[in-house]
Amino acid sequence: MKTPIQFHLNGEEVAAFADGGANLLDVLREAVGDLSVKGGCWQGTCGTCTVLIDGRPRLSCVTLAEGCAGTSIETAAGLRRGADLHPLQTAFMERFAAQCGYCTPGMLMAAKALLDRNPSPTRENVLDAICGNICRCTGYEPIIAAILDLAGGSGRRRA
Amino acid sequence: MLEMRKDIFADERDDNLTEVGRPTQRQDILGHVTGTSAYYDDHRFANLLHLQVLRSPHPHARIRSLDDSAAARAPGVKRIIRAADVPVNLNTLLSLIQFGKDDEPSLATDVVRYRGEPILGVVATSERAAREALATVRVSYDPLPAMFDVEEALRPGAVSVNPVYPKNTFEYYGKYDHQKLRFGDVEAAFAEADTVLEERYQMSPIEHAPTETNGSIAVPDTNGRFVVYTSTQALFFSLDTAAKINAMPSNQLHFIGGTVGGGFGGKVDTLTEPLAILAARLTGSPVRYRLSRHEEMQFGSPRGAERIYIKDGVMRDGRVVARKVTAYFDSGAYTRLSSYAVVKCVAHIPGPYTIPNVHADVFCVFTNRTPATAMRGFGVTALDFALECQMDKDAVAIGMDPLEFRMLNAYRDGDMKAHRREAKNCALIECAQVAAEKANWPLREEFRRMSSRVGRAATRAGAPVPAAAPARTRAGSPQRVPYDRAAAAAPAPPPAPPGAAPEPPATRHAGSTHGALRFSSVFGTRRR
Repeated sequence: MKTPIQFHLNGEEVAAFADGGANLLDVLREAVGDLSVKGGCWQGTCGTCTVLIDGRPRLSCVTLAEGCAGTSIETAAGLRRGADLHPLQTAFMERFAAQCGYCTPGMLMAAKALLDRNPSPTRENVLDAICGNICRCTGYEPIIAAILDLAGGSGRRRA
Repeated sequence: MLEMRKDIFADERDDNLTEVGRPTQRQDILGHVTGTSAYYDDHRFANLLHLQVLRSPHPHARIRSLDDSAAARAPGVKRIIRAADVPVNLNTLLSLIQFGKDDEPSLATDVVRYRGEPILGVVATSERAAREALATVRVSYDPLPAMFDVEEALRPGAVSVNPVYPKNTFEYYGKYDHQKLRFGDVEAAFAEADTVLEERYQMSPIEHAPTETNGSIAVPDTNGRFVVYTSTQALFFSLDTAAKINAMPSNQLHFIGGTVGGGFGGKVDTLTEPLAILAARLTGSPVRYRLSRHEEMQFGSPRGAERIYIKDGVMRDGRVVARKVTAYFDSGAYTRLSSYAVVKCVAHIPGPYTIPNVHADVFCVFTNRTPATAMRGFGVTALDFALECQMDKDAVAIGMDPLEFRMLNAYRDGDMKAHRREAKNCALIECAQVAAEKANWPLREEFRRMSSRVGRAATRAGAPVPAAAPARTRAGSPQRVPYDRAAAAAPAPPPAPPGAAPEPPATRHAGSTHGALRFSSVFGTRRR
């Protein structure tokens, strides 16, 4: 039995049919076609599939898709505005904050949730924000540095 | 800030390394930060089917009976894949380079040899349907005694893990049950050593835990070929392995990969492609075979555990005069790449130190554990852990500074290694000097002045040999110069003025253009 659901994805209205009990990760990837969202554990432990639901970071692999009807969902695919990259994306590029890149979309969304809520986070705030996102390549420090580059609220990289 | 010490490493590279020490960007970073990098699972196909496998719950058991009739009738199931369906069911990864015997089935037939070994495949319209069908398969097992210890596995009468290697050791060149290294006479040196220290080191298996699990999608192409999107780290190696197992010419396979969601060595074993291709052949549809996180952590091959015994003979003056290593590499139930790890391990003994008497025996041992695989310097990393712990313990035993102890024993240009090759381009002493400086670790003057370029023959001329430490003239050890703290009191040559160019290295070999070639031959082509 499939259930029709509607929500906003990166500012656009989308509608999809979800299998009964389907999780948001599968619906975004298979039904909607947003492949920027990655699955890492499908059990809510690695943070790879992190998306923002109404501004809050959520693990899409353990989020019931039907429960997302009417919400506003943000993914890494919606970070850039046309040709312009989001400052977080630029900071990740400049800080070598990705190697294999698989955790990066989820990591970016966890960081965006933090900066949207707190434009001037401390290192402690950053650690707290990404502590649920596992990265096996970088050792985290380049990611922390990239996020802290934006910690000033201006949205521009500090010199 | 990184710096390239051309004064030390000039021979290693011909290029100027203009990028070292400067920030740079990955060529694939834009795709990563925009979520557009295409991993194997980011390709979409109509009518995609899903393969999942039944795995053994026992580490060692005989399969008495197997009933998959309910699974064949389960909703969404398109095909059951049994061992008999696999064209070449027995394989070993390094058979591609004629190294080792085929010892591992794609799907177990009569016996399972590790917990998690694949037995049966189900292809269905969804992963969930495949798993639900697998839950209906009834298997009756006769559990067999399981072997989990590398040393017990070598005892006479031990349970045999793998019938291809009934003695539980990999066979090198068809006849040797381990790899040996012999240099000098360790037993005689132990008898004369001031201190003999023997220690045991045990590593644990380590899971790579990539954020993307192993997986692949095999897609029938319009021309009879199969396009395979895969997470593999070893694209052509996996292609050839898949071709062998499926008994098809390799030009019928088109592998697409390279964007890997973390590997670290855990994606070189061709775990999924052969069965995904077989499933695509048998169903005519695209088939994805993706490991769950549970499968990746429990059954994806880990770094193998190693047990290493090191026995060192050390003189009070700091010289390591003998080193005996006995090591057991836990390969798990099948060979995969562990036979090669053992070769690397032996090649690395006795570490970067000039030791005149070396004796090593290293075994590749089969146990009923998950088969091991490559991971970040496998074969070498664990040995280095053991060797460097041992160096610390040696230093403590004779009351010497651990860093100076290493510098004293470090390879120098012109030394003869235990493998009977001349040491060249040595820089351990210089690295230790830089590390000591950065860490504010006090080094005595003679160690601050020490150089890898000054061969031991030159030192012999400069520093009188104390009578208390007679020069060893044992076979294979002519280059070792005795050292004693008393030598520090001997008149030393004046130190080079700061900033001066290093002394013309007398022992440095000509033809530095070969440096880059040698560098790439060692590090460029075997990185895993």
